[in-house]
Amino acid sequence: MSILRLQGVTYTYPAASEPSLRDVSFELEPGEFCVLAGLSGSGKSTLLRAAAGLVPHFHGGSFTGSVMVGGLDTRTSSPAQIGMVAGTLLQDPETQVVMASVRAELELAVESRGEPAASVARAVEEAALALGIDNLLERPTAELSGGELQRVALAAALVTRPRLILLDEPTSQLDPVAGDELIWQLRRLNQESDTAVLLIEHRLERCLAAADRVLAMRAGEIVCDSDPAGFLEWAATGERALQTPAARLIEGLGLAPAPVGVKQARATLRRAGLLPETPAGETEREHPAPGETGQGRSISGEASHRSGEAAQGRAVPSEAGPRAPGILRGRRREHPEQALALRGVWHELREGRAILRGVEMTVSRGERVALMGRNGAGKSTLLRHAAGLLEPTRGRVEWAGRVALLLQNPGDYFLHERVEQEASGGALELVGLAGLCDRNPRDLSGGERQRLALAIVMDGEEPPAVLALDEPTRGMDRAAKQALAERLHELSEGGTAVIVATHDTEFAAAVAVRAALMADGRVIADGPIEQILSGGWYFATDTARILGGAGGALLPEQGIGFLRPVRGQAPEHLAVGG
Amino acid sequence: MSAIGLRRPLTYRPVASPLHAAGGPVAAAYGAALATAALIVWSPILLGALLVAVVLAAAGAGVAGPLARFAARLMLPLLVLSVAVNGLVDRGGLTVLARLGEWGVLGQVDVTLEAVVYGVVFALRLLVVTLACLLIVCAANPDELMRALRRVSPRSALTAAIGTRLLGVLAGDAQRLAEAQRCRPDGGVSGTRGRLAVLRATVAGALDRSLDVAAVLEMRGYGARRARGPGLPLSRHDIAFMLAALGTLAVAIVAQASGMARFETFPLLSMRAGAGALSVAGLLIVLALAPFLDRRGIER
Repeated sequence: MSILRLQGVTYTYPAASEPSLRDVSFELEPGEFCVLAGLSGSGKSTLLRAAAGLVPHFHGGSFTGSVMVGGLDTRTSSPAQIGMVAGTLLQDPETQVVMASVRAELELAVESRGEPAASVARAVEEAALALGIDNLLERPTAELSGGELQRVALAAALVTRPRLILLDEPTSQLDPVAGDELIWQLRRLNQESDTAVLLIEHRLERCLAAADRVLAMRAGEIVCDSDPAGFLEWAATGERALQTPAARLIEGLGLAPAPVGVKQARATLRRAGLLPETPAGETEREHPAPGETGQGRSISGEASHRSGEAAQGRAVPSEAGPRAPGILRGRRREHPEQALALRGVWHELREGRAILRGVEMTVSRGERVALMGRNGAGKSTLLRHAAGLLEPTRGRVEWAGRVALLLQNPGDYFLHERVEQEASGGALELVGLAGLCDRNPRDLSGGERQRLALAIVMDGEEPPAVLALDEPTRGMDRAAKQALAERLHELSEGGTAVIVATHDTEFAAAVAVRAALMADGRVIADGPIEQILSGGWYFATDTARILGGAGGALLPEQGIGFLRPVRGQAPEHLAVGG
Repeated sequence: MSAIGLRRPLTYRPVASPLHAAGGPVAAAYGAALATAALIVWSPILLGALLVAVVLAAAGAGVAGPLARFAARLMLPLLVLSVAVNGLVDRGGLTVLARLGEWGVLGQVDVTLEAVVYGVVFALRLLVVTLACLLIVCAANPDELMRALRRVSPRSALTAAIGTRLLGVLAGDAQRLAEAQRCRPDGGVSGTRGRLAVLRATVAGALDRSLDVAAVLEMRGYGARRARGPGLPLSRHDIAFMLAALGTLAVAIVAQASGMARFETFPLLSMRAGAGALSVAGLLIVLALAPFLDRRGIER
């Protein structure tokens, strides 16, 4: 029997003129790992909420058709009853955690089933170990970071060992390492316990290799229902914005089939003679490690252009030592080309823990820097210091002008009822929102909301010297990311330095010329992006992983440009490249 | 992102103390007993004793710092207001300290000693009650409280859990909104107008947030059924704090009923401040603080 069955489901939110789901029908079998793909606003989250019984119980509106979860009809069963069969994780982890301590959070769902104390304790320990949060069990939930909250919320959804897991972008706040680990943990649960998984994820390259099946949605309808390979074939013509970087690379080279993962992409390239038969590690060893000076061959097109930009005299500080306490306030820069400088910046909490440890970093005018690192590495705190929201406990910040900071949630900037009240006409023109002056900011789409927030922070008589963005691509589809990247390029051409804290390696490679990798409050590697995002397992673009780092932090289109010249030549030719 | 470095609302944190070692419901009952005792007695001597007891209990529980900061920020204006309003509005006293003439709708305003003292004692009572409630917030494990409540009334527990969690979520929202306002080129709207704007935006999002929290609780099965099985056995800390709570309440009731600590403000001040009242005050302090002497097994 299907664990989840939707039959002719059409749903319209209250006060909405168009349905969010249109005649949706599909079945999910026990043990299936299914990815739900689609652009923003295509109806993915609504479908997930329908499967969890929240639509229509919590949201109201007009609902036709039926949803059966483990034999329970969501029209007659409450979300609590559905919760006995299905574990659900929604988008915002802040509202997914309801108890004061992590242990109590995990105990809640099991206790609610009336399990004896020993079963509760065992289930909590197992879920905590499986998600790697056993060290957080006694921590108050109010003190957890976004990434930690997300893992705790996921553990709480899994602790009852549900037969169906419904996940809405569970990796959106996780770093690449934790994101990959999570997907494979889900796969292991799925394989070992026959748990069915329905997963919404924008970064499809992360999860397709683990999936059995992909459902693609457009305007509330299911437009593709296939295995991952079939989905990629469909996406090449049906919705190009859903193609993975690997698929774009292989398609651009005129090869087939579209690969569902790095391994398959390498195999396809090897068959075409574009990759040497030597193990990938050898190729990677040819490439300079992060932090080393890149002396490899130049790469074609945009990549070499970016390499040139990045090479323009930049210090590569790491592990900076502490500075003597004393000067705490930021001050205007002394070097004319310097937009921002952090000089031995420490941020220490009252109880003694240090979030930043002597960070040394300078950013030049018009430079675009990606700030990367694991959850809790100190990226957000660094941006707050750069913008003057926090004051260093030691060290100082120098800046050449205003630092505009765009925080994670654009909605936090909105206080008024109309778009035109939030920012000046010029700023709205700059971000392409001049035609939406009369709209309520809260009615805008995700991308528009972010553009409005950008207009708000950019507004002013003079453009800011630095624009800092904290995780700007969370929940964004590829089209929206591309538009944002283009906008950031335009701003930097006007002289504004851009610093982006992001976990999205593809976006970082599309935007930045330089990357700073942070760990434990320190900058551990700082250099041209083609060095930092090429040779690694996690902090690397998909194309770089496929090519073993050859050519640098390439995006698919750059990878095509890089590989085309070597088509027909000996594979060794590629292996010596850097 | 975590709001590192930003002020967090006053909340429970595990601390190595006898009060934290007691169960959440017991810690809450202990705080509630201190607050109730302050509502029963009216003598400034006994209220002073209860204030000493609450402050020392907070120190014993390791939460005196955050509690004092919160109380100072929130309570001081309230206390000043209480004394000022009573002094100006209350006409019951006979000992006139100042004649302030005609004040519009207030008519003839005479500040009397009795009215001022009434305001001071009222403020003292308010302070003790607030501090005792804050002690509950800081020292009573809310998860254990909710668990206990679920045994009695699952639906009430659900409502209480939503409310409790929502406070934290909204406080976080307000922090983020305020931070975002500081990121505006002009620094955002400042002062009272700015705070009101942030408050309005926070309240506007409260319904959506409460729906999200309620949805999660519902999906986890919270409130679907009454919690079953035996509760945790009482520890010696539980028993000690329960006895302290009952003892404090009993002494307050007896002292008030017997007139041992009688205190009148109007029309003239009159107070019994003999050995009896002082003994009762001492007894209240000893009773309230005795459980803190047992620190065996409490990590330092």
